[in-house]
Amino acid sequence: MSQANSGAVLTAEAESREFLVFSLGEEEYAVDILKVQEIRGYENVTRIANAPDFIKGVTNLRGVIVPIVDLRIKFHLESVEYGGQTVVIVVNVADRVVGIVVDGVSDVMTLTPDQIKPAPEFGVTLSSDFLSGLGSLDDRMLVLVDIDKLLTSEEMALVDSTSSH
Amino acid sequence: MDIADFYDTFFEEAEELLADMEQLLLELDVDDPDSEQLNAIFRAAHSIKGGAGTFGFSVLQKTTHILENLLDYARKGELTLRADLVDTFLEAKDIMHEQLDAYRSEEEPDQEAFERICQTLQQIALDEIGASLDAPATPAAQPKATPAASSDTEDAAQSGGNHLVVALLNVNDKDRTLLVEELEQLGDVLAQSGDEKRYEVTLKSSDSADDIEAVMCFIIEPDQIEINAIASVAAEPGAVDAASPEQEAPEAAAAPAPKAPASQPTAEASPAKAAAKEKPKKAAAESSSIRVSVDKVDQIINLVGELIITQSMLDQTVSDLEDQSVGNSSLQNGMSLLQRNARDLQESVMSIRMIPMEFVFSRFPRVVRDTAGKLNKEIELITEGKSTELDKSLVERITDPLTHLVRNSLDHGVEMPDVREAIGKPRVGKLTLSARHQGGNILIEVRDDGAGMDRDRLLAKARENGLNVSDTMSDDDVFQLIFAPGFSTANEVTDVSGRGVGMDVVKRNIQSMGGRVEIQSKLGEGTNTRIVLPLTLAILDGMSIKVGGETFILPLSTVLESLQPSKDDMYAMAGDDVVIKVRDEYLPVIAIHEVLDVENAITDPTKSIAVIVQGEGRRYAMLVDELIGQQQVVVKNLEDNYRKVPGISSATILGDGSVALILDISGLHRLSRLKKEAGKKVVNNQNFSFYKEAETS
Repeated sequence: MSQANSGAVLTAEAESREFLVFSLGEEEYAVDILKVQEIRGYENVTRIANAPDFIKGVTNLRGVIVPIVDLRIKFHLESVEYGGQTVVIVVNVADRVVGIVVDGVSDVMTLTPDQIKPAPEFGVTLSSDFLSGLGSLDDRMLVLVDIDKLLTSEEMALVDSTSSH
Repeated sequence: MDIADFYDTFFEEAEELLADMEQLLLELDVDDPDSEQLNAIFRAAHSIKGGAGTFGFSVLQKTTHILENLLDYARKGELTLRADLVDTFLEAKDIMHEQLDAYRSEEEPDQEAFERICQTLQQIALDEIGASLDAPATPAAQPKATPAASSDTEDAAQSGGNHLVVALLNVNDKDRTLLVEELEQLGDVLAQSGDEKRYEVTLKSSDSADDIEAVMCFIIEPDQIEINAIASVAAEPGAVDAASPEQEAPEAAAAPAPKAPASQPTAEASPAKAAAKEKPKKAAAESSSIRVSVDKVDQIINLVGELIITQSMLDQTVSDLEDQSVGNSSLQNGMSLLQRNARDLQESVMSIRMIPMEFVFSRFPRVVRDTAGKLNKEIELITEGKSTELDKSLVERITDPLTHLVRNSLDHGVEMPDVREAIGKPRVGKLTLSARHQGGNILIEVRDDGAGMDRDRLLAKARENGLNVSDTMSDDDVFQLIFAPGFSTANEVTDVSGRGVGMDVVKRNIQSMGGRVEIQSKLGEGTNTRIVLPLTLAILDGMSIKVGGETFILPLSTVLESLQPSKDDMYAMAGDDVVIKVRDEYLPVIAIHEVLDVENAITDPTKSIAVIVQGEGRRYAMLVDELIGQQQVVVKNLEDNYRKVPGISSATILGDGSVALILDISGLHRLSRLKKEAGKKVVNNQNFSFYKEAETS
């Protein structure tokens, strides 16, 4: 989303929105809580051969086969460990169900429009196209991820793109 | 409630009516037409017209209207039927079907086709009976010929509306509210009273009784409605409407019509004997089935699949407990009961998706008729096992390949009538379509009593096309040649077939459904093409295998045998390709752990197991670590939430709740070649060191 666009969104939605805050390493990110279906532990993931390294595989979510993406690998975080604290956020985007692995989920925050600042355009690993803004909360900064755009983007290789296949 | 909610119902009913119409037209004996059949055809057209008019599909309504008038002449004996007239009627039916499809996809129907068919039909009327069919305007057609033709438009124009008493019989409160709302849209409701048994609504409407009934029939049965005209403002059209039911009643009584369209315009005839005679039959047929969307059924199937998985998880836990001697006999009994019930439930649910082969076979009388007509051949079509059931998704996909095989049989198999007579066969060729269950498969056969396949000619043609063949090939292998791309032995390319495109597509289609095609043929006696299909795509007989720590499923139908390879049987080719010799045949070897990058797998082929698999005509040896066993698995789509994965066809959920991938035999072959090509560029030979040793040893 460009700056102009995010500005338009901000004025259009004067109400405050709720975000689920999660951590990747030391950084704090947040996604629109309406996109989140559930939160579960990381377990029983079946690897898929010849897939990018950040796609950990697929898992069984009550009979639905769901791909699992590790955002820590995608965002090139240094330490990627799987333990009891490792959490999968199951999100609903573009009529699909996808699980994203994060280091932990902290809380649910309500952000008013004036707390959401446009994201500067500088990201290389995480292009600002995939951000809906930066949330400022006292001395904390939340990176607001536009999960729809991120997960359906070509570089995530989660969706069959018409061009490649 | 909006009238648009009824669109889908109308589309489905109209489609069924058109199918009925086609079937009846095909069954019609042109020289001695059966009046019951003619009536049934007329009624089908009439019902479609009524619905089309109600929903404002004017093009469809006009087309049906003209056809209906012609049919009306035919059933009164004023129009003498001929084969070419029936052909025109069939063409009209096709165009109506196209119009219906256009309306369904919210497009305007093809105007050109509409005008052409109207002109053709009107020409017939002029030529045959000297009547002009531009109906509503022409006095000749209106008063006596078609009471139904006096419907909607002109009524509306002429009169302020009729006063009608619509009686709803045995309609519950909820439906009644809907119906009254619906009636309010059609006209002014002047009064309403009554109870559940009989509820009367007095209505002033510009629509005819027929149209009102047609709308209401989407909610309730025709025999629950009774419409009577009372002191109408414009006396005449009202009288016509009131009269028309009486006029049709005796016919309805005479026609218990085998495949009578669902919503017949006979409702008003309830007092007549018609009702008595027809009611029990109809009630039985209609109350025994309901229309449910496929999505809902699939949802149930998925849930039952879940239940089965949960049940096997519990089962595993219980047997673990037993191993630790903490089992409990009532828990065990409960488990076995649950297991039995779950299996029964699964079977019954799967049977919902099953539909009889009749759905496929019913289109072939038309195909055979048209094709035979084009080829100037005489063909008798026999269908066997129409009630054999097959999964809905397969039924949809089998139609095209089967049509192709039938056309092929008619074109290349059955000889010209004169030729047949000369060699002592009956003039009329016989084509048999049959379906039956055989084990867990369904067997569909296309049999003809034609010329059969000429083995020598096939071989000669194959050589001409540069295919690698030998005279010692088995008959079966020779006949399979016709499925090679671009292969055709037809002396000349005809309109029907002979281009050699198609048979390979047929084979590919059938293989993609997990089936295979076999051909049996005797020169001079005929050909039998057999299609063997699994009953369903939702459940698969699988062989679970282990590579490294990972479990994969192989479709059992692709597994030919498995063996422990010995060093002496393995040969290296061109450095990194390996073949294995199995009973005088050299098969390429593909190691799963290499293709799918599995860690900690057995890399020494002599310690692993070679599974010989066959898929889409390719046969090769697949190296795996361990065979675990056979099991039925519920097939889950990977593309719903993810994407297509090379070498993997779909996934399933194992008893422990984990996901296992189902291997795609021909996809793995392709993937392996791609990997080797990519690998060559990177110079990565360490994985193949063993084979190098084998080569030197």
